[in-house]
Amino acid sequence: MFQQFLHRAWVRLIEHLDGPLLLVTGAIMVAGLATVYSATYDANNRLLAQAVNMVVGLCAMWSVAQVPPQKLMRFGVPLYVIGVILLLLVFLFGVKVNGARRWLSLGFTRIQPSELLKLAVPLMLAWYFHKHEAVLKARHYIVACVLLLVPFALIAKQPDLGTAILVGAAGFYVIFFAGLPWQVIVGLFAAAAGAAPFVWTVLHDYQRKRILTLIDPTSDPLGSGYHIIQSTIAIGSGGSFGKGWLEGTQTHLEFIPERHTDFIFAVFSEERGLLGNTVLLLLYLLLIGRGLMIAANASTLFARVMAGSITLSLFTYVFVNMGMVSGILPVVGVPLPFMSYGGTALVTLSIGIGILMSIQTHRMLVRQ
Amino acid sequence: MLARQSPLNAQDRELHRFRFRVAFAAVAVAVAFFVLIARFVHLQVMRHDYYTTRAEDNRISLVPIVPNRGVIVDRQGVVLARNYSAFTLEITPSKVDDLDATIEGLGKVIEVLPKDRKRFRKLLDESKTFESLPIRSRLSEEEVARFAANRYLFPGVEVKARLFRQYPLGAVASHAIGYISRINKRDLEMIEESEQAANYKGTDHIGKTGLEQKYEFQLHGETGYEQVEIDAGGRAIRNLSRTAPVQGNNLTLTLDAGLQEMAEKAFGDRRGALVAIEPSTGGILALVSTPTFDPNLFIDGIRTDDWDLLNTSPDKPLLNRALNGAYPPGSTFKPFMALAALETGKRTAGQTISDPGFFNFGGHQFRDDKKGGHGTVDMYKSIVQSCDTYYYMLANDMGIESIARFMGQLGLGRRTGVDIEGESEGVLPSPEWKRRRFKRPEQQKWFAGETISIGIGQGYNAYTPIQLAQAVATVANNGVMYRPHLVKYITDSRTGEKTMIEPEPLRVLPWKRQNVETIKKAMIGVNTAGTGARAFAGAAYVSGGKTGTAQVFSLKGSDYKSARLKEELRDHALFIAFAPADEPKIALAVLVENGGFGAQSAAPIARMVFDYYLLGKLPKGAANEVDAEED
Repeated sequence: MFQQFLHRAWVRLIEHLDGPLLLVTGAIMVAGLATVYSATYDANNRLLAQAVNMVVGLCAMWSVAQVPPQKLMRFGVPLYVIGVILLLLVFLFGVKVNGARRWLSLGFTRIQPSELLKLAVPLMLAWYFHKHEAVLKARHYIVACVLLLVPFALIAKQPDLGTAILVGAAGFYVIFFAGLPWQVIVGLFAAAAGAAPFVWTVLHDYQRKRILTLIDPTSDPLGSGYHIIQSTIAIGSGGSFGKGWLEGTQTHLEFIPERHTDFIFAVFSEERGLLGNTVLLLLYLLLIGRGLMIAANASTLFARVMAGSITLSLFTYVFVNMGMVSGILPVVGVPLPFMSYGGTALVTLSIGIGILMSIQTHRMLVRQ
Repeated sequence: MLARQSPLNAQDRELHRFRFRVAFAAVAVAVAFFVLIARFVHLQVMRHDYYTTRAEDNRISLVPIVPNRGVIVDRQGVVLARNYSAFTLEITPSKVDDLDATIEGLGKVIEVLPKDRKRFRKLLDESKTFESLPIRSRLSEEEVARFAANRYLFPGVEVKARLFRQYPLGAVASHAIGYISRINKRDLEMIEESEQAANYKGTDHIGKTGLEQKYEFQLHGETGYEQVEIDAGGRAIRNLSRTAPVQGNNLTLTLDAGLQEMAEKAFGDRRGALVAIEPSTGGILALVSTPTFDPNLFIDGIRTDDWDLLNTSPDKPLLNRALNGAYPPGSTFKPFMALAALETGKRTAGQTISDPGFFNFGGHQFRDDKKGGHGTVDMYKSIVQSCDTYYYMLANDMGIESIARFMGQLGLGRRTGVDIEGESEGVLPSPEWKRRRFKRPEQQKWFAGETISIGIGQGYNAYTPIQLAQAVATVANNGVMYRPHLVKYITDSRTGEKTMIEPEPLRVLPWKRQNVETIKKAMIGVNTAGTGARAFAGAAYVSGGKTGTAQVFSLKGSDYKSARLKEELRDHALFIAFAPADEPKIALAVLVENGGFGAQSAAPIARMVFDYYLLGKLPKGAANEVDAEED
């Protein structure tokens, strides 16, 4: 009797989880914990705090996985509307920190509404395409682009380039998977390349500096070039097999800035070497592969484009972060999924994985 | 392929297209990851040796060199704030395993008092992670040597030579100069917002109040950098290069330290404020708020008991009364009222009233101080004898709007713009002010009866001593009004160039010369034949003044402390004055809290200040209260 109860409880617990996604995410989280420990054990140890973040993230993942996609879809419009209103409030009354207006003060705490848009934008767009599935015409794509550009512009204006890129990418992927014609995509990229000189003039000084620094980090060794120089030294000196856990000199002599957050990959890479990097990349590849598979097998348009967008967003995080830390992309504030210290990004990403699980495990029900 | 194509329905075609895009995405991901792997191979295999060398050479750390903070001197060059170098014993908490054991151990080598520990704990709570924090300052040479011999026992503990701020005159002018103290979270935000973060790397003190705060970015200077080679343990072994810091700019004040000190002493142990201004420039000669405090206490984090003493004292020594105390001006308001009457044409100098000793309005009797009244009173007599009835009538004739307009022009109830942060606005009563101040409609209405007591400087009137000083200086200067300021010029530490704080007139009030002369003459009368005559008996110069007494207990009521009832019930004594009368070099406002009559306790202070400033005479002994008739 009791055994039966346990059995039923167990089934209830795992029925909407996806084994491969959970396993791979868990493996990356373990690597992340070990690296956060190495990056912070000298002072102000963040191991426990990050473990708590991960538990919160896993709970969020499980909870979201229980919600069938048809219900998830309903969150699209309200979340999007709330998100955009909050962004407008930030624009008007936001708190300025370090020259950027990203936070909204609630009196007792500050919130950063742009984080919400990372999920709200793809949800909204996926819902929109799903609703007009049968009759998709050019104007639907145009409306979708406008729906994407509004929050994108508001976030870019704050300025928060990292988040703007992630929100923009998530939205673009939805439009891409919904079938935006190739000619348009090629045209857009061509136009973007053409507009580059114009974009240069609207960029903030610090953003221009980061791009210039990428071309020649030594031009500003004490300012923004410092991050890139120190993190490439960390990666390069790690060699094939790394210096060993807790042995990274770049890390422990405090040369790597932001070493437990955005630059955690430099710590990992210094201590685990090329071998570790390859394994980590493989783990992310597994995660992305599984995500794309879920997308390909999903049964509704909403589920398909949502799964595709979440998966490619995850890829964007990984590529932009590793690219910046290894010095092939400019420095923008994008964390490494499930590795970087910090609760907000972790929860957002976990919810993303939860949505993938929901799409995968509710598939059969829909078919019936 | 084409041949085998079955008639696909739209949905299947859609799915097919979607799957193609997924495949495309998979290829793109694979390519991107390949690029990353290629980059890693490039860095970690092909360039591994290069980066290994770089990492090993990467023992070069950038150490900020904190610049010398600018010095503050008075108008004669007397140093008010300076720096001196001393050794401190500092602990970097992040490099110490057992903080308590380390402090315990240090205590055996160098004396560490319980108060030092307490302060260290407090700093620890407020500090950033990697900061080194002082546990002992001002080490003697012997102590430095003793620690050096035992240094190996204490990893993470160092002796550092640091510059300390010092205020050589101690409590003198502490409200004007202010003090510096350790940077806290709020300061950090301010620094970041001002985009000064890079320049404050390594700086751990910042101006908190007074001129130290207002001129922070002038005084701070530019941080230099030293490239230091460090060993594997992170310890510095060799200096490689050095970019020298640039010392902060020096401030030369309009303040006269001698005058300031003398004026502070003149208050004895009474609470009060004095602002003395050079009328022709707006330069502040003395800015007194008593009791004062020793700013040196704050520099290294004030000890809890010192703080409690300062913070809970009923005398509120930390309050800058000159800028933040708002007091009813009492009868010192009368000369300004008289001038307003002349300028608006409501009175001529010769026009007289008959004073029965009271003024009836709306069923209420407003009494004069003098029983039976002053008889026939013209404007001159109204000021010299301080006749209330004259001003009850005048206020009633002028009306509140007209009074408020004139006094606002004179700077009363407006921030003067003095170069110290946090100045109070005071209260310039008007129907508009009342609408803003009160919420309920029945309170927002202005009653004509309220105008009457405004005329003698009571009622809602509340001005800061610096506003009164500015107003009397403006009268002394025939309507040319200056912004009161403490800094005369800033000396650039690099070029030696002096930037004058230009005494530009704030505005020129279009007063008739004849009207101003009438008021001045009456104020001279106060000091020769009126309420100020006793205090100024035998003065070697001609001065003008006006005494005032401000009722503490008014209709408004204030917070009422029964323990101090007796003293707090006493009125505030005020005095405004200028001298020499023909070409004023100094104008001032004096306030003695609960000092009784203005003539009795405030005027003698003004006399001492004038004697000192104009004749160089130091007063004999402390302030003597003179007997005087009521003002």
